[in-house]
Amino acid sequence: MNNFEYLQAADADQAINLRDKDINAQYLAGGTNLVDLWKYNLTHPAALIDINHIGINNTITENPDGGVRLGAAVRNADTAYHPLVEERYPLLSKAILAGASAQIRNMASNGGNLLQRTRCYYFYDDQVPCNKRIPGSGCPAKTGYNRIHAILGTSDSCIAVFPSDMCIALSALNARVNVIGLDGERSIDFADFHRLPGDAPELDNNLKTGELITSIDLPENGFKDHYSYLKLRDRHSYAFALVSVATALKLDGKLITEARIALGGVAHKPWRVAEAEDFLINKEANRENFSAAAELIVQGAKGYGDNDFKIALAKKAIVRNCMMALDPSSQQPGAQPSA
Amino acid sequence: MAKTILTVNGIRHELDLSPWVSLLDALRDRLLLTGTKKGCDHGQCGACTIICDDKRILSCLSLAVAKNGSEITTIEGLGDDDNLHPLQQAFIDHDAFQCGYCTPGQICSAVGMLKENRATTRDEVSELMSGNLCRCGANKGIIDAIMQVKDGGHYE
Repeated sequence: MNNFEYLQAADADQAINLRDKDINAQYLAGGTNLVDLWKYNLTHPAALIDINHIGINNTITENPDGGVRLGAAVRNADTAYHPLVEERYPLLSKAILAGASAQIRNMASNGGNLLQRTRCYYFYDDQVPCNKRIPGSGCPAKTGYNRIHAILGTSDSCIAVFPSDMCIALSALNARVNVIGLDGERSIDFADFHRLPGDAPELDNNLKTGELITSIDLPENGFKDHYSYLKLRDRHSYAFALVSVATALKLDGKLITEARIALGGVAHKPWRVAEAEDFLINKEANRENFSAAAELIVQGAKGYGDNDFKIALAKKAIVRNCMMALDPSSQQPGAQPSA
Repeated sequence: MAKTILTVNGIRHELDLSPWVSLLDALRDRLLLTGTKKGCDHGQCGACTIICDDKRILSCLSLAVAKNGSEITTIEGLGDDDNLHPLQQAFIDHDAFQCGYCTPGQICSAVGMLKENRATTRDEVSELMSGNLCRCGANKGIIDAIMQVKDGGHYE
């Protein structure tokens, strides 16, 4: 644990400029992951730039295009319980409430949720090699204990998973991430925000150095009639997902007219497969078709020993969650499986 | 050092703190309010739960300097020996502890949860209390105690 300076930014420009002056400074919002990583000696900020008071990221508002904008500094709990989110994007609300604990959701910011680091045990142990922590040092997870690790999109250098629940719903909803940096503002498709490990697992996402997330935009369609979030884990609550699924469907009678299925706990980013979603269009919403889609989603999955079970678990979770999406009232507190 | 003003249990304190001091350490080591417990110090157990600006949060993952100007309630601010908070009495009534180490965090968390008013059923209460671990396994008594206060109607 190193000592650091504490700086408070008055606005976004000041935050970006403070960050630019010191390459080892980091932004502080909720701090729930950052302070923990600092305590574990995994990150060594020279300064923390408090971005909770910069004034542009503290609200949830309707956009002119019919969508909703979530301020990056709004807390996860305030987002999940916001009337616009509860009524129009219940999938997002349920996913947020399946993550962490009530206390952490009261602290954690929306922007910070996107920037969570993996909970891979080897990443968290600074006494062992890890390509994400020290590029080129190796990956003990591949041949070690890997019950929680990825089955999709892995590389020789990293099999870590991205831990967020909120982001699995944001992925299914086709959200966009608005950022500001020295080069100005830009907007990133959610699918392009996080990245697969490839040969640079030290990079979790495609933010440029010093860029600051200001808000997240949700498109108008919130799939509020047919949606479900399911989270399977080793404990009943307050544990990271082994597999989670966000499903959003649009139905015309029994026929599916639009389908979104995103998986968590299985890859370095929220996992979606366009081929599977396209397959479901104009098909009847039933177990058989959802099973066929599940096969397409986990196509190419690879187990590393302890996590082999995730392949079958993911398929079953997809089918179960798609069936639950037909009747969202069947969802249980904490995104538990329905009875 | 940064000047940090914290109002804790109604009393205003001006502290000179290093930026890396957690709110938990400031409460325990500077203000000697040792009711708030350090369990894991990593946001995994809930023993350090306090109420900050009307919300239950983890004091171990909060930097005290970033909470400058905040109003904080700890277990010491909820009641005293002669005038227990309804949740403190309910924890005694239901034998909702064995070693007692998680209890201040459990009670502060329950105060926050009741204020949030998001739980109706026992299952929902259980889910929204899952950030507070009890290694003694008194969870049944803990949820019983909270349900008594919640449904007993004498919670303010």
